[in-house]
Amino acid sequence: MKNPAGRIPSAAAASARKRRRARPPAGGPYQLSLVDLAAKPAAAPSGGADGAAAGSVPQAPPEQAAGRSGGRRETAESIAARQREISVSEFFIKNRHLLGFDNPQKALLTAVKEAVDNSLDACEEAGILPTLKVEIRQLAEDRFRIAVEDNGPGIVKAQIPKIFGKLLYGSKFHILKQARGQQGIGISAAGMYGLLTTGKSLAVTSRTGPGKPAHYYEIQINTRNNTPQVIKDSAVEWEPEHGTRVEIELLGTYKKGRRSVDDYIRQTAIANPHCEIWYAPPNGGEVLHYPRATDSLPPEPRAIKPHPYGVELGMLIRMLKETRARQLKAALQLDFSRVSPRVAEEICRAAQLSENANPHTIAAHEAERLYRAINSVKIMGPPTNCLSPIGERQILAGLQKEIRASFYTALTRPPAVYRGNPFQVEVGLAYGGDLPGDELADLLRFANRVPLQYQQSACAITKAVLSIDWRKYGLAQSKGALPAGPVVLFVHIASAWVPFTSESKEAIAAYPEIVRELRLALQDAGRRLSAHIRAHRRAAEEQKKRSYIEKYIPHISIALREILGFPAQTEAELLANLKIVLERSRARERAQEESDG
Amino acid sequence: MARRPKAARGAVNREVLAAIQASARQIQEKIMARKKPTMKFPVRSLANVRYHPQRGFFEIAGRKKERTLTVNTVKTFAQTLRMIALSKELLENDDIATKREAYYVSKNWDEARFSEQPESDTVMDDVEAYFSVNREQLGFVPEEKGGDVAGRLIVIDHDRDTGKALRIDCTRFGSGAYSVPISVEHLEFETNADFILVIETAGMFQRLVKHHYWKKANCILVSMGGVPTRACRRFIRRLADFKRIPVYVFVDGDPYGITNIYRTLKVGSGNAAHLNEFFCVPQARFLGITPQDIVDYKLPTHPLKEVDIKRARDAIRNDPFIRHHGEWIHALERLVDMGVRAEQQALAKHGLNYVIETYLPQKLRHPERFLP
Repeated sequence: MKNPAGRIPSAAAASARKRRRARPPAGGPYQLSLVDLAAKPAAAPSGGADGAAAGSVPQAPPEQAAGRSGGRRETAESIAARQREISVSEFFIKNRHLLGFDNPQKALLTAVKEAVDNSLDACEEAGILPTLKVEIRQLAEDRFRIAVEDNGPGIVKAQIPKIFGKLLYGSKFHILKQARGQQGIGISAAGMYGLLTTGKSLAVTSRTGPGKPAHYYEIQINTRNNTPQVIKDSAVEWEPEHGTRVEIELLGTYKKGRRSVDDYIRQTAIANPHCEIWYAPPNGGEVLHYPRATDSLPPEPRAIKPHPYGVELGMLIRMLKETRARQLKAALQLDFSRVSPRVAEEICRAAQLSENANPHTIAAHEAERLYRAINSVKIMGPPTNCLSPIGERQILAGLQKEIRASFYTALTRPPAVYRGNPFQVEVGLAYGGDLPGDELADLLRFANRVPLQYQQSACAITKAVLSIDWRKYGLAQSKGALPAGPVVLFVHIASAWVPFTSESKEAIAAYPEIVRELRLALQDAGRRLSAHIRAHRRAAEEQKKRSYIEKYIPHISIALREILGFPAQTEAELLANLKIVLERSRARERAQEESDG
Repeated sequence: MARRPKAARGAVNREVLAAIQASARQIQEKIMARKKPTMKFPVRSLANVRYHPQRGFFEIAGRKKERTLTVNTVKTFAQTLRMIALSKELLENDDIATKREAYYVSKNWDEARFSEQPESDTVMDDVEAYFSVNREQLGFVPEEKGGDVAGRLIVIDHDRDTGKALRIDCTRFGSGAYSVPISVEHLEFETNADFILVIETAGMFQRLVKHHYWKKANCILVSMGGVPTRACRRFIRRLADFKRIPVYVFVDGDPYGITNIYRTLKVGSGNAAHLNEFFCVPQARFLGITPQDIVDYKLPTHPLKEVDIKRARDAIRNDPFIRHHGEWIHALERLVDMGVRAEQQALAKHGLNYVIETYLPQKLRHPERFLP
């Protein structure tokens, strides 16, 4: 299931590339230091001067620093002796907020989330309808043990330590297709955080099939060199025929309500109606069951080659160096999507490079010309079969399963492209019913079916929702606020590469192409809502008039009987006729109203 | 005029009862034929009256409003019919209900009940107009008092128990007065007074009674206390018709006194135009206070309020009675130009009894100068 990756430095370098590709050029300080870090081992294995300046060197041997006297306190040699590679694990221990472990409440959520993401990805890749068990046990005030078990394909014994005990090790990073996990950091980081805060190893039980033995591992990550350390390794009796169970003990805080684990599980169930979840919250709370709403798996997304528009110069240079093709034209066609022979020729011509040039010997300035040429040639958008949207029916099923409303709608936009990356926006909306009418709308954000719970205001989805005038669609809305009313908004972005604003995957970057698609989808849903609200209002009015008739006609017959003194039989007939007369008149009125508009 | 009240009343009751039953039967037949029943009401507003100078009162013009039974009218329709049924019950039992009581009776009507009395009053007025009778004939009586009378008049009423005549001498109330009853049709009169002086305010009436002005001027004094009630109008009308004596009206010199109080007394109201024939006093003439009086008697004044000016302009533009009389248009325009109003009591500036000793005698010397 997971491909063995290269050594850490190259993986780290690839990570840097990915991030640069996926975000606007101006990144935060963390990102820069990470890029510096990652670039170092590749360029000069012994490390460069600014490797130390990054401030991430864990410790300097004291005798080396202090053992010198004389004019200069340090020489190039003495410094060089201290300079060494920085493990990506060390880096993330120091910068754990980047991965979503910045406070105890979030740490608990992130750990559960990473394990659930992995389980769902594994099941879907193997074509298995996922059934997940999530347990959280509270061991002390701030100490928890989480366990996530799936019915996935299981993991080959030899891979288990690397997957759970090594950062940036995974199967998804090198392939461009839609998945929950992207970088191979999450679950190992969660294990690392647990080890750091409680000293307990991450425990894994896995079995790949009925005839095979189940393996139990206890794994720790060696942060010094980002390698797994197996503490315990045994074959065990395990009931499930196949699947994986991950347990992590960690320091955390459990809270209910918004941004809670409970909320995350519920939202996951909404966005993954093909998934069944059993959830045992801490403190012996009742086990919650989220049943499957559909038995069909989402279509498997296909991996695609990168689209030329989405590739940056550094990436381009590396791709040329590593290509299997012997000629430039062939390299372009082979390694990129949507490059036909004609397009490849056009690019070469625009770059003033020979079609037959050896791609391995292209000079930097030539690559730069090539890069500019690519962006001047018209190239068809990337294929979109790497996407697997949830789909309108499934969104409706998810919403109907978890939210009691009186109106539901869902829509999937056609795929669109930002910077060469295909993406697709979906919106679901639930209105009325048991939803509270006097609160702000509940905005549920999802990226590749994963609920986003933090940094709502930084997210492109929120920005798009706020940019729409919901009053047009029959909802209340204060200036600069979410709409108010009995509404749940479900917004999903599916992409082979979701542009998160940070590694903790909490908010989506507001690319204009993405915001535009979001707005179109939201407006469409808004129009459907307003049609519903109007129809509902008409129906209520109709009901009122109907009851009006029922209420008052008896008084007409009572009065006439009092005046004329006819028998009860006549009164009943009169009443029946009155009803007919009025309902006929009402029907005519309504026909009139409808023809009026 | 020697009608036996009880018998007369019985005859009227039978007539109204028959009308009520006829209209109910008509509605029933329509419904049985599965057609929408309709009730036609005269439009009760100033816009739908004509002033007949010869006949002397506001007469209802032709416009009628139709109340067809539809979803939107079903509530009022039901309420109107129940009000008619209540009237029928009152007439059959020779009973009465005040407007307020009728409103409370409706509380038994479940969903068809009235939530405020003005709603039931409006429906009652509709019913009254529908049958072209006055509400007393339907068994409904108003709450308000009719008016006060003092002076050279004997009212002959009847003892309800014995049926004997009761002679009420209006000179013998001392500093008090005789109260006009709610229904005046059965009253008879004896008088040799020269005229009837109708007064707007109770204060001025008090002064004239206290100083026995009626003795000095040989007249009958009637206090209206604001816009005259129907009973008060009917009382003055019957009295004036009976003895053919003139009626002089003494009110405040402001648009309200002229266009509301005096106009209503003389020609009736827009709201009950179908009944004005009975509830008006066409022979009434306007003694004062006129705009000219304000100048002649150098009366202290107050500035006209916004509503006064609006009322005056409205009357000049829309009131058929005012529009018919150039003198009234002129008087109101003059008042608006002067921008002031003067109350009856402003005459006290010249001494408390100036009104008795000087103003009224001077005015009464030239009744032909009174405004129409």
